[in-house]
Amino acid sequence: MVSKSIICYLDGPANALAINRDSTQVVVAGRNVFKIFNIEEEEFVERLNLRVGKNLNLNFSCADVVWNPVEDNILATAATNGAVVTWNINKTSRSKQDMVFQDHKRSVNKVCFHTIEPHILLSGSQDGTMKCFDLRKKEASSTFYSLSESVRDVKFSPHHYFLFAAVQENGNVQIWDMRRTDRYEKQFTAHTGPVFTCDWHPEERRWLATGGRDKTIKIWDLSMKPMVEHCIQTIASVARIKWRPQQKFHIASCSLVIDFTINVWDIRRPFVPLAAFNEHKDVSTGFAWHHEPHIILSTSKDSTLYLHVFKDAIRPADHANPIGLDISCYGDISYAASNKIVRNGRSSFKGESYSSTKLPVFFRKHPSASDQFRSAVSSIFVFKNDGDKFLSMTWFIESARRYILSGRSFAELCEHNASVASDLQRPHVAQTWRILKLLYNAVPNLGAEHSWGVPSVGSISEMLKGIERDEAFDNSQEGSKSSRHNSGNTFKNRHQSGSKQSSRHVSGGTGNGVATTDRPDTSGATDNSTDSEESDNDKTITNIASGLGNTQGDFFFGDGETDQLMGFQCTLSQAPTIDSAQDWNLPGEAFQPRHPIKDCSPPPELDNAPSSPTSFDEDYIETKSMVGINGEVYDYTKLLMTPEVPSSPAWVFNDVIVDMLHYFAAQGDVQMCVSVLLVLGERFKGFVDETTQEQWFHSYIEILSCFQLWNVANKVISLSTISSISSLNQQSTTIHTLCGNCRRQMTRIGWFCDRCKIMPTQCSVCHQAVRGLYAWCQGCAHGGHLQHIQEWLQYHPWCPTGCGHLCEYT
Amino acid sequence: MLSSRTLSSYFKTQALFAETFLQNNRLDHVTQLMGYHPQYLDPFLRTQNYILKGDGPLPFDYRHYIAIMASARHRCTYLVKLQIQEFLRQEGNKEWLNGLHQVPQKLRDLDELNKILAHQPWLFNKSHIEKLTKGKDNWSLSEVIHAIILLAHFHCLSTFVFGCGINPEIDLNEGHTFQHVTVPCNTQAINDCDSTQVDDVGVELLMLKMKTISEQHEESTQEERLMCFQKEQNQSAELISGFDNMSLPKSDVQRYTSDPDFSYQDFARHREASEITTFRIQDYSWEDHGFSLLNRLYNDAGTFLDEKFKIAYDMTYHRMGSKNNVDTSTFRRAIWNYIQCLYGIRHDDYNYKEVNELLEKNLKTNIKTLCCYPERTTKSDYDNVMREFRHSEKVHVNIMMLEARMQAELLYALRAIMRYMT
Repeated sequence: MVSKSIICYLDGPANALAINRDSTQVVVAGRNVFKIFNIEEEEFVERLNLRVGKNLNLNFSCADVVWNPVEDNILATAATNGAVVTWNINKTSRSKQDMVFQDHKRSVNKVCFHTIEPHILLSGSQDGTMKCFDLRKKEASSTFYSLSESVRDVKFSPHHYFLFAAVQENGNVQIWDMRRTDRYEKQFTAHTGPVFTCDWHPEERRWLATGGRDKTIKIWDLSMKPMVEHCIQTIASVARIKWRPQQKFHIASCSLVIDFTINVWDIRRPFVPLAAFNEHKDVSTGFAWHHEPHIILSTSKDSTLYLHVFKDAIRPADHANPIGLDISCYGDISYAASNKIVRNGRSSFKGESYSSTKLPVFFRKHPSASDQFRSAVSSIFVFKNDGDKFLSMTWFIESARRYILSGRSFAELCEHNASVASDLQRPHVAQTWRILKLLYNAVPNLGAEHSWGVPSVGSISEMLKGIERDEAFDNSQEGSKSSRHNSGNTFKNRHQSGSKQSSRHVSGGTGNGVATTDRPDTSGATDNSTDSEESDNDKTITNIASGLGNTQGDFFFGDGETDQLMGFQCTLSQAPTIDSAQDWNLPGEAFQPRHPIKDCSPPPELDNAPSSPTSFDEDYIETKSMVGINGEVYDYTKLLMTPEVPSSPAWVFNDVIVDMLHYFAAQGDVQMCVSVLLVLGERFKGFVDETTQEQWFHSYIEILSCFQLWNVANKVISLSTISSISSLNQQSTTIHTLCGNCRRQMTRIGWFCDRCKIMPTQCSVCHQAVRGLYAWCQGCAHGGHLQHIQEWLQYHPWCPTGCGHLCEYT
Repeated sequence: MLSSRTLSSYFKTQALFAETFLQNNRLDHVTQLMGYHPQYLDPFLRTQNYILKGDGPLPFDYRHYIAIMASARHRCTYLVKLQIQEFLRQEGNKEWLNGLHQVPQKLRDLDELNKILAHQPWLFNKSHIEKLTKGKDNWSLSEVIHAIILLAHFHCLSTFVFGCGINPEIDLNEGHTFQHVTVPCNTQAINDCDSTQVDDVGVELLMLKMKTISEQHEESTQEERLMCFQKEQNQSAELISGFDNMSLPKSDVQRYTSDPDFSYQDFARHREASEITTFRIQDYSWEDHGFSLLNRLYNDAGTFLDEKFKIAYDMTYHRMGSKNNVDTSTFRRAIWNYIQCLYGIRHDDYNYKEVNELLEKNLKTNIKTLCCYPERTTKSDYDNVMREFRHSEKVHVNIMMLEARMQAELLYALRAIMRYMT
């Protein structure tokens, strides 16, 4: 019949509205308005104004109005002054006021007619009581005390003749039986803060919906202990709710403040309203469902009465795109999106290392006709990781398996782990291990700080080679995680020396010497250094620097160096500042920007290096410079050989290690953090605070269990020195035996059932309880002490119990 | 002999005192006096701490300066001085203390709000909010809310300070709030010569009246009730006369305010003159509307205030003067509704006749003075009302004044904000 939204202007703000049984008339009530309208096809037609008479007192000021569900001519209102008033519209007189009950001391919040009996009227008031009026007797027949300060809503159950629900200001919901006035049947706390409204489900007997100031609508299952079945979060406190007729899961709500829309929710979709009507300009105070479920009537403080039809509603869900993405621990990506977004159910992935599969949409739900929620057909895609380094975690698994964390000497551990790392093409990590080895292994052996680096210079040069090799390697890899030291880039630069050059790359010199050997690997990847990558490099290098500490502190150059050779200058001039005691300068002009670099053979000076009484870093720079700029370097060697080298202070590198650990943690590589911590053990105690360590351990163990590396996880746990970690594998370690007779756990003694008073684990040879190993035949399930069974079987093939089974033991 | 209940409340008070001292480096007299009612003191302190020191949109020096402005509106030197100290502790700009002309425009804009809220909150409408939130260097809505709460809190706290005759702290010199220097709460002596002239209801008479009210089923018609409300307002309009602002000494705290002559006008007179209508609590109540709006704009503040209002409204010891086991709810409700009636807030479901029956003219005058012109309170005002009541009960009434007034101010303000938002 009605197919279009209708609006009607009222004389004043309305507080409530009600609709009659067959949905032909609607009554609107407020402080200054009280009218009945006929619902016509195109408009509302005023049928009756009830606010007439010379005596317009507060009884006409309505907070709530209800229509008698049985007798179509009876209305009841709750007045703000505490009166409950009934009206009979069939009265012949002008004033239709029928009865006035002045029983409540405070405002009446809600009134409610019994669903079957037309003469029973219930009211809930601000004074904390509910009164049941008998319209035949014209008096309040019973009073219910809620023991709270105010009753916000009352509703008769449509399924049970005597039951009604009452909701309170203090957050409680009470279920009362009309026959018992002294005590409620059930009470439970439903909301924090006041509950404003409730509604019984018209069909589902056990469901009661409540809405409160805490901005939630909750659907309670009352069949047993009250339980929240569904919970809907709204954006403002909920003033009224009402189930939609003929739609099991739909409920409408409105709010008292801020939000003026009337939202219709599907309780299974608690986040987005199914439909919203937002025509009102001020708070919606009341609404009612037409008996046709696609029509809803509402009124508001903006003095309007609306009839909304569903097809005019706003569907908020249409403005949201369903989409989901997840990444598995092996780097596989699955992605689901509505077909609207992914055109034709197809999707592409940029990058070659993934093979995509579109999963058949086997879970596609066909929306039933009654389910009016937006139905979206989504496709799901799985991108299998075929070797993308970026997300693959093979390195993690391999390192977890192969790292050795204890049981050997420190140097061996470091060396082993470094080789593991370099096997996995993680030079950065490998280098870190080597440096650790160097730092912590060298120190105790050598007293004078000046010479501590000396014995290992051989290994240093090895290391340097290593670094270069690694870097070269990395450059050919696409991974962003590991270090990329663009020696390839440098390499290229060298060929184009003189041309504009934006690389702030540093190690060119050294690199060249060594990198030549690796050239085949690198050449391919030389071009891919973008700016971002470079900044990456910087970071990586810094890290190496911090890892190497002093050794390579100067290895890295600040930003903004436009010229490679300028960079060198910087290296040399920085060196003194770090090692402030050694105050020597390098003449700037020694560096010819366009010096041709051709000869990359290892310089003979390297051999001299061990004998030079310099600290490691100088050595390094020296080497670098010498290699890099062959001709000039000799001068500096001489300079460096100055006999009086002031002693440099002992270097405390623990802080650097701490930085390094934090760096790895920030990179997400807790594996490294934990492994380093474990390998260092006592050497490095107390530098990282325990909670951080604990976090690292916990996350490492968690990741390990993701990959089901239980053994490794357990090793880590047992090696940990933090008590809260090392006790992790000591929890719930008991396995109880079951009694074969009564199937209960034998908690007290493992071989005696307290309940059955028997020993379930009896040896069938000696008839004693078996307390240790119990061997049994899987065929007949008899057995006993391992030794006894063995002895028995030497002579007999049968079961010792005499069950006749030819026992077999493997 | 102390009962266990008294004892536990005694310990509670002590704990609260200790906490206050730790937080403020002093145990101010307000807190001490409220220590009579630890049940209330607890939420009061929590709220005050929250709005002054907790998370909130306003910077700390602003908060204290707003507090200074609010207390200065009622010329409450005591609060002004305390807040100046706090302001300086927050490294507030000393020049601001020279007066309103030295502060940023943003704060100066608030003065209008301060004035209206303090004296005639019913004039508060959305255009005030608009003025604040528009333009350069404007206020955000949550800042406005925060400022309003601060203003209301300190307006009403001034009421309390005057109502109880709080003495200046020891370290504040010459800050006498009473015109006579007295220690009202420690003196049990009642000025005898006064008592003969005042027709004060004794506790027994009051109890009798309360009993009859609760027993009688009022037969009055609604029109009568409506008349009662208006009558109540008109009567209260006549209560105070012959006292104007001029008779008050000029105070140096006035530099934090402007337009010193703006003061409370009787709502009843106002209504006749303009179209401002009575505020009906049923249309915009704290529980239904105010709370939600406040909590939305200023996290948690609603919860704190809600608890405070509830306790202030419901707190009772079932005691009246020397009598025990008295249901004081009608008396308390009368006071509460009378205060809100002064601000034009009407409870539809209340019979305002009760106010007349329960509150003597004397007490009504006192309440009105305190709520509307707290700066005019004198020591004799304190002594002469509620003679047969204990001091703690007088403090109780003062607490109710504080809260009822604060709720009234906030309701008007929040209604305006709600209208602004829509």
